Amino acid sequence: MSDLINIQNLSKVYSNGFKALDDVSLNIKKGEILALLGPNGAGKTTLISAICGLVNPTGGKVSVAGYDIIKDYRKTRELIGLVPQELTNNQFDTVLSTVNFTRGMFGKSKNAALIEELLKDLTLWEKRNSLLMHLSGGMKRRVLIAKALAHEPEILFLDEPTAGVDVELRQDMWRLIHKLRERGVTIILTTHYIEEAEEMADRVGVIANGKLLLVEEKSVLMGRLGKKALTMDLVTPLESIPESLKSYDLELSNDGNTLKYSYDNQGESTGITALVQALSEVNVRFSDLHTEQSSLEEIFIDLLNVPNDSNHMVEQKQ
Amino acid sequence: MNFHAVKAIYVFEMARWWRTIYQSIVSPVLTTSLYFVVFGSAIGSRIAEVDGVGYGAFIVPGLIMLSLLTQSISYASFAIYFPKFTGTIYELLSSPVSYFEILLGYVGASATKSILIAVIILCTARLFVDFEIAHPFWMAFYLVLTAITFSMMGFIIGIWADNFEKLQVIPLLIVTPLVFLGGTFYSVSMLPPFWQKITLFNPVLYLVNGFRWSFYEVSDVSITTSTIMILSFLAACIGIVFWIFKTGYKLKT
Repeated sequence: MSDLINIQNLSKVYSNGFKALDDVSLNIKKGEILALLGPNGAGKTTLISAICGLVNPTGGKVSVAGYDIIKDYRKTRELIGLVPQELTNNQFDTVLSTVNFTRGMFGKSKNAALIEELLKDLTLWEKRNSLLMHLSGGMKRRVLIAKALAHEPEILFLDEPTAGVDVELRQDMWRLIHKLRERGVTIILTTHYIEEAEEMADRVGVIANGKLLLVEEKSVLMGRLGKKALTMDLVTPLESIPESLKSYDLELSNDGNTLKYSYDNQGESTGITALVQALSEVNVRFSDLHTEQSSLEEIFIDLLNVPNDSNHMVEQKQ
Repeated sequence: MNFHAVKAIYVFEMARWWRTIYQSIVSPVLTTSLYFVVFGSAIGSRIAEVDGVGYGAFIVPGLIMLSLLTQSISYASFAIYFPKFTGTIYELLSSPVSYFEILLGYVGASATKSILIAVIILCTARLFVDFEIAHPFWMAFYLVLTAITFSMMGFIIGIWADNFEKLQVIPLLIVTPLVFLGGTFYSVSMLPPFWQKITLFNPVLYLVNGFRWSFYEVSDVSITTSTIMILSFLAACIGIVFWIFKTGYKLKT
């Protein structure tokens, strides 16, 4: 996949001195779903806002499809749809007119058939003549998505798309995102729901204190950083871990029935073969075994808990 | 040029006005009718002609200017302040529109609305007093240029304001007094000499008198000065708007 968005050394310092973005470089590939993870105030929204034209960057350069976002802003913005985090709607407008308004703002003539399909996709068609003030929060969120898609963008930015929405809408949104991806739309979403990134993203970027800590293929990230655990159900309970096994990272359950071995699956050797052999030597037998992999959430928490020199630990792979 | 965007903003603003049509049209018509009843008929009947024009007719251009100025500022300031207040400004800033196109949409809609109001007031005034328009072209020139200039001023106020109080403070505390003291209801020659000189510093005086001249060919100041003043106003507003857009003042962080 070729790069669609190229961000080079982007920084943003607000007038109060707050550094929201600190030398961020990132390439986003055409057709991918990139999830930007990070705690509140990490710089996710500022990053999106800078690309979309809502925030003036202090330094650095961003190009979209080869066009500079400042010099060629018309070309870059035509390609982008933005769903903001806040439910910002003109309360006195109807669903249909607000969606048509956005299409007009992006320089497109009316297309009744397209808008009808879009509203039907988002289960908004029945509400097309309703005033926005009469819609529920979930419906308003759908309207924002409809507005962002009204001009058929090639890139969709979703800033915390499922913040405060119910399970049904969240799943609807996930389905919609997958559908858009099938059409070739590049999607960048910010979230602090790990589940969302795990469910949808091809790549995951972790951002904290304005710095991009890493960008990695989700599967690679989970494989590379994920710790694994091998749990063995013992045939005969143990009172304590035998002396000859103390060198292994083992944990015995309180009832002595299960033994848990933690290992790094990126290491040269997992040590499983040696452990099984050592267990056999001290006559510890097991009836069943299974492995667990750490979730993206655990990886994320680990990353944020490690001091800043973690940047050196984690290679940025773009 | 993104004509679709200009049209979208213009149509949206006109539709918003149409939704509150009673407030938008009935209110200024009623207010103006009251001015004519009170100042034109009740008090005006006891006032002699001013510069050879009956008092009822004399105040017509001033009253139209009063509405034109205040409504232009009010429409445009609210139009741009409201998206800032609700947060929908993100849509303007992330769309492929130039600042000029945004300005064209908002100021165009605001000027259209205030000109329509002015025309309605003109027609209403005709029901109360008899008058002729000596120079229709110049009347239209002043009407359109004043509507555009003060819509731009309203646009600037709407961007500057970050609360509803600020939105009202300039129109209420500066513009309205200037309009009332700018010869709307009287000729400057009716004032004592000292106040005549002070009034010459009131920019609205030149707008009202230029407009009045287009009706009755009477004016306290020269028509050239009036034209220069309105064009200077326009140039100042364009300059400020250009600076706002260049710096992103109160629009972008």
